[in-house]
Amino acid sequence: MTALLEIENLNVHFALADGDVHAVKDASLSIQEGECLGVVGESGSGKSQLFLAAFGLLASNGRVAGKVKYRGEEILGAPAKRLNALRGGAVTMIFQDPLTSLTPHMKIGGQIVEALMLHRRVPRAEAEQRAREMLDYVRIPESARRLKQYPHELSGGMRQRVMIAMATITGPDLIIADEPTTALDVTVQAQILEILRALKTDKKTAIAMVSHDMGVIAGLADRVQVMRHGEIVESGSADEIFYTPRHDYTRMLLDAIPKAGEKPTPVTAVGAPLLTVDDLKVSFPVKDAGFLRFGKTQLLRALDGISFTLHQGETLGVVGESGCGKSTLARAVLQLLPKTGGRVVWLGRDLDATTQSDIRKLREDFQIVFQDPLASLDPRMPVGLSIAEPLKSLEPQLSREALRQKVRAMMQRVGLEPGWINRYPHELSGGQNQRVGLARAMIVGPKMLVCDEAVSALDVSIQAQIVDLIRDLQAETRLALIFISHDLSVVRRLSHRVMVLYLGRVVELAPSGVLYANPRHPYTRALLSAVLSPDPRAERVRKRELLTGDLPSPLDPRAQLTFLKSRLDQPGYRPRLEQVATDHWVAEHD
Amino acid sequence: MIATGQTLKAVAEIKGRSLWVDARRRLARNRAAMASLIILALVALLAVLAPLLSPYAYDEVNYDIIACAPNWWPAEAACRAPGHIFGTDSVGRDLFVRVLFGARVSLAVGLVATLVSLLIGVLYGATAGYLGGRIDTLMMRLVDILYSLPFVFFVIILMVMFDRNFILLFVAIGAVEWLTMARIVRGQTLSIKQKEFIEAARAGGVGPFDIITRHVIPNVVGPVMVYVTLTVPGVILTESFLSFLGLGIQEPLTSWGVLISDGADQMESAPWMLLFPALFMAVTLFCFNFIGDGLRDALDPKDR
Amino acid sequence: MMAYALRRLLGAIPTLFIIITLAFFMMRAAPGGPFDSERRLPPEVERNVKAAYNLDKPLAQQYLIYLGKLAHGDLGPSYKNKDFTVIQLIATGLPVSARLGLSAMTLALLLGSLLGIVAALKQNHWQDYSVMGVAMLGITIPTFVTAPLLTLVFGIYGVSLFGHELSLPVGGWNGGAFANMVLPVTVLSLPQIAIVARMIRGSMVEVLRANYIRTARAKGLPTVRIVLGHALRAAALPLVSYLGPALAAILTGSLIVEQIFGLPGIGRYFVQGALNRDYTLVMGVVICYATLIIALNFLADMAYGILDPRVRLS
Repeated sequence: MTALLEIENLNVHFALADGDVHAVKDASLSIQEGECLGVVGESGSGKSQLFLAAFGLLASNGRVAGKVKYRGEEILGAPAKRLNALRGGAVTMIFQDPLTSLTPHMKIGGQIVEALMLHRRVPRAEAEQRAREMLDYVRIPESARRLKQYPHELSGGMRQRVMIAMATITGPDLIIADEPTTALDVTVQAQILEILRALKTDKKTAIAMVSHDMGVIAGLADRVQVMRHGEIVESGSADEIFYTPRHDYTRMLLDAIPKAGEKPTPVTAVGAPLLTVDDLKVSFPVKDAGFLRFGKTQLLRALDGISFTLHQGETLGVVGESGCGKSTLARAVLQLLPKTGGRVVWLGRDLDATTQSDIRKLREDFQIVFQDPLASLDPRMPVGLSIAEPLKSLEPQLSREALRQKVRAMMQRVGLEPGWINRYPHELSGGQNQRVGLARAMIVGPKMLVCDEAVSALDVSIQAQIVDLIRDLQAETRLALIFISHDLSVVRRLSHRVMVLYLGRVVELAPSGVLYANPRHPYTRALLSAVLSPDPRAERVRKRELLTGDLPSPLDPRAQLTFLKSRLDQPGYRPRLEQVATDHWVAEHD
Repeated sequence: MIATGQTLKAVAEIKGRSLWVDARRRLARNRAAMASLIILALVALLAVLAPLLSPYAYDEVNYDIIACAPNWWPAEAACRAPGHIFGTDSVGRDLFVRVLFGARVSLAVGLVATLVSLLIGVLYGATAGYLGGRIDTLMMRLVDILYSLPFVFFVIILMVMFDRNFILLFVAIGAVEWLTMARIVRGQTLSIKQKEFIEAARAGGVGPFDIITRHVIPNVVGPVMVYVTLTVPGVILTESFLSFLGLGIQEPLTSWGVLISDGADQMESAPWMLLFPALFMAVTLFCFNFIGDGLRDALDPKDR
Repeated sequence: MMAYALRRLLGAIPTLFIIITLAFFMMRAAPGGPFDSERRLPPEVERNVKAAYNLDKPLAQQYLIYLGKLAHGDLGPSYKNKDFTVIQLIATGLPVSARLGLSAMTLALLLGSLLGIVAALKQNHWQDYSVMGVAMLGITIPTFVTAPLLTLVFGIYGVSLFGHELSLPVGGWNGGAFANMVLPVTVLSLPQIAIVARMIRGSMVEVLRANYIRTARAKGLPTVRIVLGHALRAAALPLVSYLGPALAAILTGSLIVEQIFGLPGIGRYFVQGALNRDYTLVMGVVICYATLIIALNFLADMAYGILDPRVRLS
């Protein structure tokens, strides 16, 4: 039987301002009808460019060579008419960022019916009817109303569903999904993957699933190709790849995934806590632009009463999805943001009662590492200067030579070549830049470190290295750590206790072992259920606890009662935190 | 020790490749921009050396050779003036030296007025961008209002009022162009302010003054430089516009605008009077535009 | 949508106010008055004349009187052209200038956009380079050079096109005859055509790089549909924002064009009025221009709101 799609010896080159890049090297693959092929690789592997090039969607500075056959017909270099007939009809695509991938000034309905009317010659009325049915299929509520809305009026998860609807409505043979869930929250990702799974079983659509996330691939793919630096290094059935990987790179990728059962070295909380946070509240006024510029100002409660303590050597993991307030928490604790209520006590000192200049001196004690390694470094400063900067500000008496020595020592400590002291951030990789960020934070010898999604922007293999580094540093200096992440599996490796946040409030707080084994709150359970493991057999049969719909808007006063619907008659009511066991707190829920 | 694939040894430090170096390299590869730089340098040189390059003074009147073509002029001409390589103007002054002196004035106006607009624009824009919030909204609304005013009208009124004061000319023209400069500086300041490395610096205990000087300003310089280069031609054009209306430079001083305006009147009978100053001005403006475009592409390459 | 429109309208009124105030005080701040250049009048006559024109009162009071008269639509008499009121003068000149300006605007927008789109679609090919080259010329060569140049070529020497002798009149309005309008409108619009072409090319190139265009291509839509349905609206946005400044530039340029081609528009009133310290005339012209620009800005804002739903619905 002819394969649906056959790619032979595909080569893709890009002509850039600073030279030529060979993005895809001699790649070959095939997809059969109804099967799901997973293509996994880290950044720069060429996995997306492979499919874009195969269907003539490369940017204008790209060149492609090789053979691409669709149902036996050569389509690479085919005339535009033939390609246009194929694309959007028999072969459709879903992209990573649904906000920028939908035309901002066209109504959703119009965008969905466009392809249908063009490829299947369906009259408008019937096309709109089918669009509505499609929106229902992908579980978008109020489908008739949504058809008339614009992309920016929908949430991220809904936009991606719209993209799936758009890609499915013409009844394609093959859907190419390019990192469809990367930009989404974990619980939303789980829902989207369910829809894709349903597509495979219900409509027997073949899917090419491109992702960097082995867990996503494990749950969906029949066969898998592993790509690295433009080359396919291994291919096989899903079982083969995950259970008996042969190539070193594949093995490294699988090893890098945090496994269940990994635990940090236990620590006994001695003495008084370093940090006490008591009922912390942070609100922002949000202008609801109404008539004549005099809009109502609503209060966005980013943090709505968070309390916890932190001891020396202890790691508190903070997990939650968008809008839960975890980044706000990091900044409020570190006094980078003004708070609107509650107390932050450091080493017995109430930080409210401290002057600005004293707080600046205290900054030696608590530091932060940010999410985006490149964005958190000044691109015009050599990394050595970036690392030295906090030390220069907080200990201005140090001589230039002494500073230099300290910087070199710190660089060595975090695994960077000291000789790179004059390098610029754009000359280093993401992982290396994150080490720079760590060096900058650690050089002043802090007692507490806040990691705000510090590994989320890194490739999986690098993530593991950085997490190991953080563990080492913590063991060496007895650092207290607040580790913020949306990724539960990474949090597990480092945390002694875990705090789950939802829309600015704590829904569960427990020692990590307890939380992962015995989660009580429905939100925690949904989060844990959404964690994907690189175990195809397990993933295929696992029952999932899914949330319905997207995360509510934090401005909605009833949002807090999502898990306590019995109290909806008291719209301002906030679920209280109740102790269910020693050290295990759960918010009220139904 | 966590490996990054490199063995650790005490080595001499590697020189980093800063973004400026990258940009300079890209600019050097832009042939149009490089050629423009050279041509501009030549024009500037000619302007500076003007008095040495011609035996005639720029205001030396000679009624014997009114509006005469240069000797080498290929077409028909009523009279010829040997020794004047660009010919003479309507009162017998040597056109070549006048074009060079005009270069002095036009370039000076270009640079000084641009500097004025730079100063006002940077101060205004940086303040609005840095303070943010209501003040920023107010200041930018003012800019929006002023933006659609035909500013030149006010310049005209000013020039009329103060009887073509030389200094005022510079200031007034500069005042016309500051709006876009302010917008650009404010936009850049805002976007830099929100960047994570600014927050990182604050977390590292760096004080606000150090943040501004060490982080904000170096990152704002780039686009500002591009816009400065692109403002100069606009300023020179505005000056020539005013001169045409009779509101610009006063006699006997001259600028390209004045020369072109005079030349346009005599276009039929003495086309060289228009040709040479127009040529010089056009070439200079082209050069500035190419350099500006080149700078923009060098600092922010979007692979075309 | 109504709320948006109202908001914009309310923003326009203070603008007009500021302009009037600025112009008023700037003119008055200049040394000299409207009657200085004439023969010296006997002191009592001069006093009476000044009183009749309210020139003896303190400046602030003159301002308020002026505003009061303005509210009644009275722009005052022209100090220099004593037989006419300002409104009469403007009434004769405005239609000419308006026709000239709007024709130039329309030509600039349509032709400039067309050229810009062609250049963007054929990026880095000869069409792109030639359009951008001509655009560069259009921007760097001032109107008072192109005017005499084109006059020379098409007016005085004439041009032979398809066997017909083509010669355009070099001046005069002739009641707005088409032949008379060709040269002035072309000259006036050239710089704007260039600017619009460059702007559209730039924004079109950027829009075509956007993710949603990639999605449209992935849906197999033909290029024409992608450009017209998806790309054009977004690419046109910067142009809509530029409409106000474009009109301002055209009005500025009209001062020169009217002078060179001898057109009876209001441009000459402005320059003459400024030179002669004819306060009311200058004010009248400024108010006229300002109203035109503000009106156009308002329309442009409306258009922006229609084109970009994100602005409208926020």
